[in-house]
Amino acid sequence: MTDILMPALSPTMEEGTLAKWHVKAGDTVKAGDVIAEIETDKATMEVEAVDEGEIAEILVAEGSENVKVNAVIARLAGENGATSSPPPGGRQAAQPPEEGKSEPAPNTPPSAASQPLPPRGGDLRDPEIPAGTAMVKTTIRDALRDAMAEEMRRDDAVFLIGEEVAQYQGAYKVSRELLQEFGDRRVVDTPITEHGFAGLGVGAAMAGLKPIVEFMTFNFAMQAIDHIINSAAKTLYMSGGQIRAPIVFRGPNGAASRVAAQHSQDYSSWYANVPGLKVVAPYDAADAKGLLKAAIRDPNPVVFLEHEMMYGLEFDVPEGDHVVPIGKAKVRREGTDVTITAHSRMVGFALQAADQLEAEGISCEVVDLRTLRPLDHETIVESVKKTSRLVSAEEGWGPMGIGAEVVARVIEHAFDYLDAPPLRVHQEDVPLPYAANLEVLSLPGTDKIIKAVKAVLA
Amino acid sequence: MARAAQKTSSSNPSGKLPNTPTATKDELLSYYREMVLIRRFEERAGQLYGMGLIGGFCHLYIGQEAVAVGVQASVKQGHDKIITGYRDHGHMLAAGMDPKEVMAELTGRAGGSSKGKGGSMHMFDVPTGFYGGHGIVGAQVALGTGLAFAGKYRGDDSVAFIYFGDGAANQGQVYESFNMAQLWKLPAIYIIENNQYAMGTSIERSSSTTELSQRGASFGIPGETVDGMDVLAVKDAVERAVKRAREGAGPFILEVKTYRYRGHSMSDPAKYRTKEEVDEVKKTRDPIEHIRALLDAAKATEDEIKAIDNEIKAIVAEAVQFAQESPEPDPSELYTDVYVESAPVETVQ
Repeated sequence: MTDILMPALSPTMEEGTLAKWHVKAGDTVKAGDVIAEIETDKATMEVEAVDEGEIAEILVAEGSENVKVNAVIARLAGENGATSSPPPGGRQAAQPPEEGKSEPAPNTPPSAASQPLPPRGGDLRDPEIPAGTAMVKTTIRDALRDAMAEEMRRDDAVFLIGEEVAQYQGAYKVSRELLQEFGDRRVVDTPITEHGFAGLGVGAAMAGLKPIVEFMTFNFAMQAIDHIINSAAKTLYMSGGQIRAPIVFRGPNGAASRVAAQHSQDYSSWYANVPGLKVVAPYDAADAKGLLKAAIRDPNPVVFLEHEMMYGLEFDVPEGDHVVPIGKAKVRREGTDVTITAHSRMVGFALQAADQLEAEGISCEVVDLRTLRPLDHETIVESVKKTSRLVSAEEGWGPMGIGAEVVARVIEHAFDYLDAPPLRVHQEDVPLPYAANLEVLSLPGTDKIIKAVKAVLA
Repeated sequence: MARAAQKTSSSNPSGKLPNTPTATKDELLSYYREMVLIRRFEERAGQLYGMGLIGGFCHLYIGQEAVAVGVQASVKQGHDKIITGYRDHGHMLAAGMDPKEVMAELTGRAGGSSKGKGGSMHMFDVPTGFYGGHGIVGAQVALGTGLAFAGKYRGDDSVAFIYFGDGAANQGQVYESFNMAQLWKLPAIYIIENNQYAMGTSIERSSSTTELSQRGASFGIPGETVDGMDVLAVKDAVERAVKRAREGAGPFILEVKTYRYRGHSMSDPAKYRTKEEVDEVKKTRDPIEHIRALLDAAKATEDEIKAIDNEIKAIVAEAVQFAQESPEPDPSELYTDVYVESAPVETVQ
């Protein structure tokens, strides 16, 4: 007997809907036969049999939602009693990898750094959000989409351009239904031509439009970085204030899961180094929406760093025109013993670490940087003056990184308050490896933050 | 500076074939004036560089004057957009920028068009539609394609004039831009100023195919090669390309064969071409001598030409004086124009 398992459509998929069975118990199938269809909010796919045999039983009824990846959905009796084990990693159905630079081929869900949870308890309300504001549970993916849709309704000069943003609905489905609402004048599919469409976007911005340039990932933006820096960031200065580039460069940044070094770099410190750019890296859906709206309205070029592993996570988002000002950090959890700074996905790990440390009697204050340039060092410094200890956490490499900058600012402004040398948590100083165990070793997560906190308290 | 781009049949100054581009005497005088302005301006810029008043890189346009002036005849000023690379003084003057501001930018003074923060390669002027002045070879092609995109997005009939050289023609983003421009039928006029040398590398040594007007062939973009030392030939070709672009027919590539008399920049070793080659072009193909001949045929008088020469001399002298007398930027300007509005500038002491 062979188990047929719920397959993953992408490295980040955790569950999906079993939309349809094409077979019933007692049917004989051979390898390659389509036996079922599954769906997620991003995609649909057909499940094929990989063995010959008879469907012994169907365990998950068609129409079932939230079926976990790797759950047993049916059993196959092999011919002549032969059984075969599912391949390591638990995938039963063979899935064709998507072509080219589309989402990486599916694989096991991340066993690496576990997905950060939404903050529990201790998450402070954003002072910018009026008390009593109604909240809507929204994924980060949809929060980003809502931000773009609202700003596009508000201003005809705003348009979205990038690879697969229109008909495909976004490589990560962030632009879902925008083409249907706004048409192909304002939701523009490009060729695979990052250098070209980034430059085109900057030129359109100089002419007064407000482009949102989506990079399928920021790894590909390296091909376009000349226009982000030399054309977008510097021209206002070089023109003595005459030429503006009101443009947003956005897309997923940092490590996904098992996609290896070229698809896994965190560019936070690269862009945050450049005057003329603003750099934003939100953690939750409310900030994703509010900061993206602020970025689109900002008259300056903004690099907006998202995280692929976070797109599917749900958070509360305030109803209405929720705009979060760029340049302000947020204390996500108050504490007294140590300050942990983090941005993007690392905020979740920092909050998890704080939860676990609380059980051991250690009180952590978690500062979500939210904006990397301009960096709100006042909030960091105020926190360190209270806790006297600092751990910075970031997904990127350590040398010359965000943590290095945070530590330098704290030393400049709060040296006398420090009771211990600050510590930095970051990716190991290697290109991100593919092998699951090495990837886990390389990436920072909750455990490394806990270790660093204990070290600064030792 | 916008000029009516009309042809008249009443005047045929060159006495050439009936389909040879023609212009009225007034038009010819106006082109002559613009070309002489560029040449005299650039000569003085070279001198100021030698005196140490201009720093950094300085790329002179001498020899190529007929290109910018011939193109400008089709520009609807304030409506169309112009963008170029680093050899940009001629394009700026032709576009109608104030010579005083251009010269003061070269000397890095507060009165410069970028308040002294941009220098030779980075000047801009929105009222005349001049979008720079870009120092990264080829970057202006993608940016200019974006200017054309904006025109189409807004549904006006504006056109983007995108200058680049034979050197930039080998940059990858040029072809990324061509592809999108033709795919989306953008109103982009690509003007390749082929002065035959990318810095010190001749086109034969840098380009597997040297017919640059055909560089858009694989994208379906039509192209034409034009004598860039003949202002009327340039003007005529641009008029045709612009007409089809305004009608929505998409991009066009004009390869304009021209020649720069001076070095690539001010510190040019002049080892990659012979003095005889340069002298031969000056003697036989000079664009200003060419328009002088057209003016003679159009019966312009010596007094008319002399009046223009004197006017230009005064304008350039005034520009030089302004560029020397304008103060250096106030130190307080160091931190302005980094961000629009009052975005907090980080102070990292």
